[in-house]
Amino acid sequence: MIYQTHAEAEDVSPPIPILALDGITKTFPGVKALSDVSLSLYPGQVTALVGENGAGKSTVVKILTGIYQPTEGRILADGTETRFPTAQDAADAGITAIHQETVLFDELSVAENIFLGHAPRNRFGLIDWAAMARMSREILDGIGAEIDPGAKLRDLGIANKHLVAIARALSIDARVVIMDEPTAALSHKEIQELYELVEQLKGQGKAILFISHKFDEIFRIADNYTVFRDGQFVGEGKIADVTNDALVKLMVGREVANIFPARPPGRGDVVLEVENYNHPTEFADIGFCLRSGEILGFYGLVGAGRSEAMQALFGITRASGGTIRIDGQEVTIRATADAANNGIVYVPEDRGKQGAIIAMPIFQNITLPSLSRTSHNGFIRLAEEFKLARDFTERLDLRAASLDTKVESLSGGNQQKVVIAKWLATMPKIIILDEPTKGIDIGSKAAVHEFMAELAAEGLAIIMVSSEIPEVLGMSDRIIVMREGRIVAEVAHDDMTPETLVRHAAGIT
Amino acid sequence: MSTTSHHVPDRLQSSLQRRLKSWESLLLVVAVAIFLANSFASPYFLNAWNLSDATFNFTEKAMIAFAMALLIISGEIDLSVASIIALASTAMGAAVQFGADTPTLVAVGLGVGLLAGAFNGFLVTGLGLPSIVVTIGTMSLFRGIAYIVLGDQAYRGYPESFAFFGQGYVWWVISFEFVLFAIVAVIYGVVLHKTNFGRAIFAIGNNPTGALFSGIRVSRVKFILFLLTGLMAGVAAICLTSRLGSTRPSIAVGWELEVVTMVVLGGVNILGGSGSIPGVVIAAFVMGLVTFGLGLLNVPGIVMSIVIGALLISVIALPRLWSYWRRG
Repeated sequence: MIYQTHAEAEDVSPPIPILALDGITKTFPGVKALSDVSLSLYPGQVTALVGENGAGKSTVVKILTGIYQPTEGRILADGTETRFPTAQDAADAGITAIHQETVLFDELSVAENIFLGHAPRNRFGLIDWAAMARMSREILDGIGAEIDPGAKLRDLGIANKHLVAIARALSIDARVVIMDEPTAALSHKEIQELYELVEQLKGQGKAILFISHKFDEIFRIADNYTVFRDGQFVGEGKIADVTNDALVKLMVGREVANIFPARPPGRGDVVLEVENYNHPTEFADIGFCLRSGEILGFYGLVGAGRSEAMQALFGITRASGGTIRIDGQEVTIRATADAANNGIVYVPEDRGKQGAIIAMPIFQNITLPSLSRTSHNGFIRLAEEFKLARDFTERLDLRAASLDTKVESLSGGNQQKVVIAKWLATMPKIIILDEPTKGIDIGSKAAVHEFMAELAAEGLAIIMVSSEIPEVLGMSDRIIVMREGRIVAEVAHDDMTPETLVRHAAGIT
Repeated sequence: MSTTSHHVPDRLQSSLQRRLKSWESLLLVVAVAIFLANSFASPYFLNAWNLSDATFNFTEKAMIAFAMALLIISGEIDLSVASIIALASTAMGAAVQFGADTPTLVAVGLGVGLLAGAFNGFLVTGLGLPSIVVTIGTMSLFRGIAYIVLGDQAYRGYPESFAFFGQGYVWWVISFEFVLFAIVAVIYGVVLHKTNFGRAIFAIGNNPTGALFSGIRVSRVKFILFLLTGLMAGVAAICLTSRLGSTRPSIAVGWELEVVTMVVLGGVNILGGSGSIPGVVIAAFVMGLVTFGLGLLNVPGIVMSIVIGALLISVIALPRLWSYWRRG
């Protein structure tokens, strides 16, 4: 057909967005977080908001949920201008958000968490506990979560907590669902279920704003994309019309090598041997060896016992039996100080709680495990501390106002650099990186990978626990797969494929 | 990584700037103001011997407060300190009945303090119990033992040489206690601000998990802090018993709150993680000056406790207002 009729032309024009931001600017004292950005969310469509850390994604979420007020610009609901003076106003307008770190209450039950603030009432105006339990059950079943609504939240793993957060979002009859890194803590299977859930929500005509650092997810699930860079709007369009590379380029403003650094396989001497390593509940019969200059990947689903085994090696949890040899010498690790003294260090997944002491300055964080070297007879020497901190932060290209700045003021990527710097400063033999690039942007991610390759080339032995298949495949010389607390496979470099990893991890033979 | 590295300066503010804006400088202004007010209010205030007497209002409490400051910065607390004084004093009194000489009495006082601190430390770090509950328990327990031993009796008859600790003067109006207070202040100041151990205390108080993950022996540090607090309570017990010349089971009743007040007034965060010894030193003077000034004006004790209470609440409220000022 050559001529379009008027009616057909109208068909292809986009529907009115349920919610839109138009020319939004948000300034904080001294900082322009957002500058004239626009964003449209359409019914029954998933819009991916793409941008590096610091691009302004979180600020947009806070404006959409009534936590921040825009300095300039308009919020349009169904095409008419509106305002969300408080979070409650945004909730009343049917906007709900599942945050990176959703606020839930450990001491309350799952059902209470789901219905907090909008619990079903009985005719006396009191909470209808039976109805609440029943409705929770329905919602949880609906998302395929096998969680007891009566369980205390604190007894749940992080993945299940996330599912509770999702259930909570669903319990509010929302028109707009904002998902901020919803898959960050989920296992492969749970991510598949989340995708199904998103499809369901789309089918119900809800508008979904999907924020993720993972491109495979974005291409799998999103209909539209909007890209922010440094607080500015740089582009939007249909996912079907864009390639992975083009989107990355839009996002970072430059070409990013989407490949992992090439490096020769580590063939040094064996530095670490672990044999028959056991824990009463978390892992059993762990045995492997690690060479200097090698990157050994640990893959598995969330809860497979990888972090627990690594934390035992680092002296956080006490193993019930087994042998650890470093450079052929048997060592006993009862405390983290023992591990560090023996050259084993651990960069944990949870930077804010475990990795860094965020309320303290950068330099004090970096020197904390190395104080015996920067001090003299137990007395601190600030000049030495600054020197050590400077050496290692420069090497990692840390961006900060000063070394005296508190770590909490840094971005996730820079916080991770502080934690890595802190441990490298101890001159370890073995460094264990637990999800080293989780939640950090693509630019920092590539930098961390490159740096890992550099360290391996210098002869450091690296264990990398990662749940990201591309990362594990791209970085590791060998991969150990764990399932339910045991090592189920050791995959040599030439046999590494996504399929083998997933099959072993899931127990499909 | 990238070869073009950004220059990151060590510090943005000079240490002088930070000192001027610190909590300690505000407190110092308060101390000077109280000093001036006192000297205008009473003609007896500006008298060397009177001022020297006034230091006894705070020296013993302050010595405990230094150890308590470290403990509170690390995120724990010891509410049993006053009861440790009672227990240590009772033990010394009992030792006197067996003819103990002054060195033995000192050893008994310090030893009981250490043992009581070790007991608290074990319950908190060994069994993982919350320190506020543990030390409320041992607060009753330790004083209870003193009451069982003494009932409504008192121990007297301390040797003459023992009186030096609480009544002796080193030079002119400078008492032994004041000198001890100054030495202890310097030691604790150096330990907290100039050693690795002090840095570990701050790290633990800010984030115990993070400190553990940084290779710090968190339980050991906390245990040592309980030991030190017990030890300082023992030191205070020696000084106070020597000054009073007798032991009653009600000795030093209520001191734990005054010690904690002093620590908090000194700018130590009651939730842990921050604070300084100079702050506690100034706070000790402020509290000593207030009590002494009010005493000179014949203000009854009950009003004094109202003033101390008001002081504490304003101190908790002030940092909030203070932070607005600092930002501006």
